[in-house]
Amino acid sequence: MNNNQDTYKKRNILSRFFSIFIYFGKSIYNKFKKFINRFKDGSIGTKLSHIFMGAGNIYHKQYIKGVIFFIIEAGFLALMILSPQVNSTPLGFKSIANFFTLGTEPGSIFLPTDNSMLMLLFGVICFGIIGMFIAVYGSSIKSSYKADLDVKAGKEATSFKEDIQALLDDRFHVAMLTPAIIGIITFTVLPTIFMIFIAFTNFDSLHPAGQVLFDWVGFDNFFAIFNGTGEISVRFGPVLGWTLVWAFFATSTNYIGGIFLALLINKKGIKLKKIWRTIFVLTIALPQFISLLAMRSILAEYGPINSMLINLHLIDDPIKFLATADSAWTARITIIFINIWIGVPYTMLMTSGILMNVPKDLYEAAQIDGATNRQAFRYITVPFILFVTAPFLITSFIGNITSFNVIYLLTGGGPTVPGYIAGETDLLVTWLYKLTIDQSEYNIGSVIAIMTFIITATATLLSYRRSKSYKEEDAFQ
Amino acid sequence: MIKAKQLKAKSYKSSQRTSLTISYIILTILVIVWLYPILWILLNSLRTEYNTGGQLIGIVVSHYFPKQIGFENFRILFAETLFPRWFLNTLFVSSISFIISTMLTLSVAYVMSKLKFKVRKSFLNIAIILGLFPGFMSMIAIYYILKAFQLTQTLWALILVYSAGAGLGFYIAKGFFDIIPNSLLESAKLDGATNSQSFRKIILPLSKPIIIYTALLAFIGPWMDFIFARVIIGEANTDTYTVAVGLYYMMYGEQIDSNVFTIFAAGCIIVAIPIVTLFLSMQKYYVEGVTAGSVK
Repeated sequence: MNNNQDTYKKRNILSRFFSIFIYFGKSIYNKFKKFINRFKDGSIGTKLSHIFMGAGNIYHKQYIKGVIFFIIEAGFLALMILSPQVNSTPLGFKSIANFFTLGTEPGSIFLPTDNSMLMLLFGVICFGIIGMFIAVYGSSIKSSYKADLDVKAGKEATSFKEDIQALLDDRFHVAMLTPAIIGIITFTVLPTIFMIFIAFTNFDSLHPAGQVLFDWVGFDNFFAIFNGTGEISVRFGPVLGWTLVWAFFATSTNYIGGIFLALLINKKGIKLKKIWRTIFVLTIALPQFISLLAMRSILAEYGPINSMLINLHLIDDPIKFLATADSAWTARITIIFINIWIGVPYTMLMTSGILMNVPKDLYEAAQIDGATNRQAFRYITVPFILFVTAPFLITSFIGNITSFNVIYLLTGGGPTVPGYIAGETDLLVTWLYKLTIDQSEYNIGSVIAIMTFIITATATLLSYRRSKSYKEEDAFQ
Repeated sequence: MIKAKQLKAKSYKSSQRTSLTISYIILTILVIVWLYPILWILLNSLRTEYNTGGQLIGIVVSHYFPKQIGFENFRILFAETLFPRWFLNTLFVSSISFIISTMLTLSVAYVMSKLKFKVRKSFLNIAIILGLFPGFMSMIAIYYILKAFQLTQTLWALILVYSAGAGLGFYIAKGFFDIIPNSLLESAKLDGATNSQSFRKIILPLSKPIIIYTALLAFIGPWMDFIFARVIIGEANTDTYTVAVGLYYMMYGEQIDSNVFTIFAAGCIIVAIPIVTLFLSMQKYYVEGVTAGSVK
C-alpha cells in the first residue's frame, strides 16, 4: 500500500516536471495563434498597432493611452538603435552581440580593454528590457483589439478615466503587482540570471573585469568539482559534508531545545510565564551581529569563560574555542552550541503558540478515558506539535544550509586549512561569499551558489509539494 | 480506604511540587545562560578601567564584572567616532525602506490571497523558486548594476536593495489574509465596492497584527544586516556606513585596534536599546506573525 503510494508520488513529480514544458509550449502556441487572429480580425487601427504601438488606441480616440504606448516604443527603439554607452560599454542592440562574444578588444596602449563583465551584464539587462517590451507590445495590441470589440458591440471604447478606474477594480492585481514585479525583476531575477551565466565563464581573479577579457567555457567549472587539483575539487566534498552535518544538528538541537523550553515555561503551575518568555525573546530582538560578536569575545583566549574555567581548576591552559581552535571539531561543536543560544528562543516562541492551540476537547476526552497526564502528553501533545511543525522543520533546515551570520561572525570559516580559502567551519554560503567578495573567483563562487540552490531546491520540492499548505492552498479560496 | 486515597493525593501533590521546583531550577539556570552574553556587553560598555599610564583599557578582559564603571565609552563613541552619523544613516535607510517594503509586501500578499487572475499560480511558484537562491548570489550582480549606474556607496542604493525584494516576502501576510473570510469581500462587492476599496476599507483594518509584523521586520532589517550593507557601501566610505557595518569594522576592520572593545560595546547598547524596546513592545504581533507563518 505504502509502496504503491510512493511510486505514485514519484510518477506524479515526474509528470508534473514534463507537464511544465508541455504547458509552456501550449501557452506559447496559443499566444501566437491569438496574435495572428488579432491581426486578421482587427480594425485598421489594430493592424497598424502591430507596427506603431498605440496607433489603434489613437484610432479609437484613446489619445492619452495611444501616446503613452507610442512613447514607450519610440524610447525602446531609440535605446536599441543608438546603443548609448554606459561606463564605456554599449547598452542596446550592440550589447546582444557583446553578450555572445564577451568582448573582442584585448586592449592596447591606444584602446582600452573590453569589459567582459559589463558586456555580459548588459546583455542580460538588454534581454530583460526586450522581454518587458514584448509584454507591453502585446498589451498594446490587446488593448486596441478590446476597443475594436467594444465598438463592434455598439459600445464606446473605454476612456482614459475608465481605464484608470479599472486598475482600481477588475485589474487591481495589475496595479498592485507591477511595482513589486519590476523590483523583483531588477533586483532578484536579472542578477540571479547574470550569476548563473557567470558559472559558465572563466571570470576569476586571473581575468579581472576591464583588464583581461574572459570568455564562455561551457561546463568546465562544473567538471572542475569532480577532477582537478583546484580549491573547488579538493574542498567541495568536505564543505558540503559539514554544511549538511551543521544543518542537521542546528535544526534538530533548536527544535528539541525550543519545544523543551516551551513546555517548561507553559507547564501548569509555573508563575510569571510572560516574564520568563520575554527574557528569551530578548535574544531574538538583539541584532545578531551584537550577540555573536559578544559570544566571540566571551570565548576569546583571554576572555571570561576561559579565566573562569582556569580559576575553577578545570583546565590549565586556555581553550581556543573558535577560529584558532586546534581541532576543527572544537570549533564546530562550539558553533552548534552557540547556535542553540541563538535559535532556541525562536522555536520556543513558535511552539508556545502551537501549544495553546492544542484542541482542549482532546485532553478532556483523554481524561474521561482515564489517561494520565503523562499519557496525554505522550499521545496528544507530542504528535500534535510534530504534526503542526513539520513544515517548519524543513524550512529551518533550508534556512540553516544558507545560514551566513553565525559562521561568518563567529569564526569567519576558521580554523583555516593551509593552502585553501575554505576553512574547517565554512559552509557553502560563507565559502561562496569569500570566493567572490574577497578573492574575486566569481565563476567558482557561482558554481557553488548553483549547487547550493540545487540542494535547497531538492529539499523544498520533496517536502513542499506534499505539505499541507500547498495542498490546501485552494481550500481557502 | 479513605485514608489511603488521601495519602495518595498527598504524595501526588508533593511529587507535583518537586517537579515544579526542578522546573524552576532549570529555568533559572537557562535564564542565566541566556542573559550572560547580553549582560557582558552591557557591563563592558560601562567599564572604565585605566592602566597605570592612565589609558583606558578597552580590550577584552578576563574578568566578567568591571572594577570601575562610568560613561567614558559612550562619551568617546559620540565625540570621537562617526557613530552618531552611522546611527542617523541607519535611521534614514530603515525609515524609508520599511514604508516601501511594507506597502509592496502587503499589496502582493493581498493580490495573491484574494484576487483571481491568470498568472497567479505561476507567480507563486516562481516566487518559491527565487526564494531558494542564496540571497547574496545576486548581491554581486546587484552591486555591479548599481555601480554601472553610479549608485553604489550611497544610502539610496541600500534603500533600493532592501525594499525592491520585498515583493517576494509575502507568504506570512498571505497566510493571514487567507483566513479572512471571502464572504466579507463578496458582500462588499455586491454593495458596489471596487477591489481597491475592499483592500483599503475591509482587509487593512482587519489586519493590524500582520501590518505591524511586516513593518516591524522591515524596520529592524537594516539595523541587523551587515552583509548587503558591507558590499554595497564598501569599506572606504566611513560616512555612509550603517551601524552594523560601522561597528563591525570598528572591531574587525583593516586597521584592527583591539583597544576599542568597550567602545564597540557602548555602540551595541545604543543600537540595542531602541530596537529591543520596539521589539518587546510589539512582541504580541511578532508572536502572531511567527505562529501564522509556521503553521501555514
